[in-house]
Amino acid sequence: MKLNKRPLALIAMAAATALTLSACGGGDDDSGSGGGGDGGGTFTAYIGEPKSPLVPGNTTESEGAKVISALWTGLVGYDEDGAVTYDGVAESIESDDNQNWTITLKDGWTFHDGTPVDAQSFVDAWNYTANPQNAQDGGSYLSRIAGFADLESGAATELSGLAVVDDLTFTVQLETPFALFPAVVGYDAFNPLPDVFFDDPEAFGTNPIGNGPFQADSEYVPGQGITLTRYDDYAGDDAAQADGMEFVVYADQATAYTDAEDGNVDIVDVIPPDVIESAQSEFGDNFINTEVSQITYLGFPTYDARFADPRVRQAISMAIDRDAISTAIFSGTRTAADSFISPVVDGYREGSCTYCEFDPDQANDLLDEAGFDRSQPIDLWFNAGAGHDAWIEAVGNQLRQNLGVDFQLRGDLDFAQYLPLGEEKGFTGPFRYGWSFDYPAAESYLTPLFTPQSFPPVGSNYPFYENPEVTDLIQQGDQAGTEEEAIELYQQAEDLVAEDMPMAPLFFTQIQTVHTDHVSNVRIDLFQRPVWSEVTVN
Amino acid sequence: MGRYIARRLLIAIPTLVGASILIFAMVYALPGDPIRALAGDRPISPAVVQVLTDRFHLDDPLFVQYWEYLKGLLSGDLGTDFRGRPVLDTIERTLPVTIRLTIVAVIFEAVIGLIAGVLAGIRRNGYFDNLVLVSTTVIVSIPILVLAFLAQLLFGLKLGWFPIAGTRDGWYSYVLPGLVLASGSLAYVARLTRTSIAENMRADYVRTAKAKGLPPSRVILRHTLRNSLIPVVTFIGADIGALLGGAIVTETVFNLPGIGRELFDSIKAQEGAVVVGIVTLMVFFFIFFNLIVDVLYAVLDPRIRYD
Repeated sequence: MKLNKRPLALIAMAAATALTLSACGGGDDDSGSGGGGDGGGTFTAYIGEPKSPLVPGNTTESEGAKVISALWTGLVGYDEDGAVTYDGVAESIESDDNQNWTITLKDGWTFHDGTPVDAQSFVDAWNYTANPQNAQDGGSYLSRIAGFADLESGAATELSGLAVVDDLTFTVQLETPFALFPAVVGYDAFNPLPDVFFDDPEAFGTNPIGNGPFQADSEYVPGQGITLTRYDDYAGDDAAQADGMEFVVYADQATAYTDAEDGNVDIVDVIPPDVIESAQSEFGDNFINTEVSQITYLGFPTYDARFADPRVRQAISMAIDRDAISTAIFSGTRTAADSFISPVVDGYREGSCTYCEFDPDQANDLLDEAGFDRSQPIDLWFNAGAGHDAWIEAVGNQLRQNLGVDFQLRGDLDFAQYLPLGEEKGFTGPFRYGWSFDYPAAESYLTPLFTPQSFPPVGSNYPFYENPEVTDLIQQGDQAGTEEEAIELYQQAEDLVAEDMPMAPLFFTQIQTVHTDHVSNVRIDLFQRPVWSEVTVN
Repeated sequence: MGRYIARRLLIAIPTLVGASILIFAMVYALPGDPIRALAGDRPISPAVVQVLTDRFHLDDPLFVQYWEYLKGLLSGDLGTDFRGRPVLDTIERTLPVTIRLTIVAVIFEAVIGLIAGVLAGIRRNGYFDNLVLVSTTVIVSIPILVLAFLAQLLFGLKLGWFPIAGTRDGWYSYVLPGLVLASGSLAYVARLTRTSIAENMRADYVRTAKAKGLPPSRVILRHTLRNSLIPVVTFIGADIGALLGGAIVTETVFNLPGIGRELFDSIKAQEGAVVVGIVTLMVFFFIFFNLIVDVLYAVLDPRIRYD
């Protein structure tokens, strides 16, 4: 039996139609959900149904992560350029050799149940998350810590690289030196867990207890949401401005948007693409556009003889007019990518992907040089039911127009089949892939995608691309003395990748957020989450 | 009558088992790896995939999996979803929402549908009859999806009469989605009643009743309507069974956390245990309400006996 996602597409289509009609609707009456004045008041925010229980180490998708970010504060934060700031629980994260790190915590941090946030609460949490027996989605984030491989194989039950020194200090030994380690630990998977978690992890998932600016006021009800209140004993500088907030689960983004138009939900952090133009005029200053870390790629099966020649891959990349597709299909919500490293992190250079420039003439020359057989159509692979059909077809049309090669759409597989096919080297032509960073660093766009240690299913190197020089440069970068040196080495690696073109970067993603007049100071962080603590209620 | 009901209930047992095996096999046959789908774009380590696969017996052959499921079922355990949540909890949480929606929808369907049908039926080809004919044609021909969005925008956003989404306003939140959900069946009930009434109005016993000098209201309500209800009751009964299975579109558009939305999400995520649990429940409802309809026949028409 084959279940396609047509109903979903239909819903989306109707949503599009209906919401375009609604463009002139007014959403002026405010939801009177809270008090006024400076500070205080409560607000509501949209989320989709989280995929996993509300445990930081088990949450790697966007919806659950929004709740986690309100309930937890990690070791470090990031400024708007992605640089590490010590405004979290960590006082310092230091190392002499980039391999043995000492993490010192600030005193006075407590969990919402009153127990202290100490070194043990981090070490226990990391050991739990990394252990495959606990099946935590975020486990692989800890793979750099020494002893991870033994955990995977079942030879150990704890990470040998972690050691508690005293209440506020613990040490981390890495498998190999990594200069950017402090940038890694700000992510959710590294958050601390209170003792009560280990008594009953399942119950914890609906009654989460963190150390963040908000605490859970009710248990999480699937399909409905969760109510939070300000945590008054919060030790950080970014205490919550509002008295409380509520996450409301919506099955459909379009419904959430309509509800925001009517003032029933205050923050919708990602609105459907179809309403972006009308939302701009309707919400005015309450419409926010944010560039985020995601890059959309067209990957090449380098294992397929037809695409083994880098010149073929360069040609295809150059034959795609990214700007035209961006305007025609994404109404500007994605911008043409010109680099393998996203502009939101340090290390991005404008135009570093030389073959990303639209140049049909050179593309044809390259294709001729490579002796590419133009009589056979090119298969274009993408996963079904996720709204990729239109732009992939546009890519195909451009290949036909600019290179004179016909194309065949291969978009019948759901995600559950799409990635396993990629693992088995089953793609017979260019395939869609999307990547967001794990942590804000240039390296997060290189190691997971372009090194042999990331061959699927362990990592995301679906092109099965391998260039020893690239691997070597990335490794040197990992071990560099300073961040500047590291970035320089990563950029050299990027230049080699750009020459080999295992994946063609196509678009950088932007997300569009709207909020009602009921709230102000809505900002989206690098991980695409509104910064809940900063939101003020009018 | 008692024996008839008992027999029908006994037949229901193999039907339910058969249905669950069928659904189980279908979910089993779905291509792809649900564990991978759960993880999304970001790969999870092979060790984690293995642990989860073992935990949910995904590597076992179909009948071993079904046996595990059945063993749990006998002790009242419907299994858990991939997030570790008991399926029973999920049903307990979502079913009340769907029941409320169904009640509201059936009330609309029965009340408006019957009144419109009766009024149209007694004066065939009159002004009201034509009005019902045209309006029901229009309603039936608009997909429920479009109706749902139109209603939401018009009555929710523009006029502000009803909440746009969610269940925050109690029963009132169910009025608009209930009306949308009922619209198609409502039109059908109206037309069914109309035809049935119009036919019976020409029947001998109605002419006799009129000739006896009974007031028109009594002729219509006591004599014509009661006899005309049989096809209508059949339809509404079957419809309740179907409505309780959840309305994917309506529940999604109006953001009602009901069983239809849950089922749809579970099918997408290949949550075998949830899908089997919900679908088996739906089959049960269907059987149950069809039984009630059959029993009602005897009440409506004394000529029908079951013993």
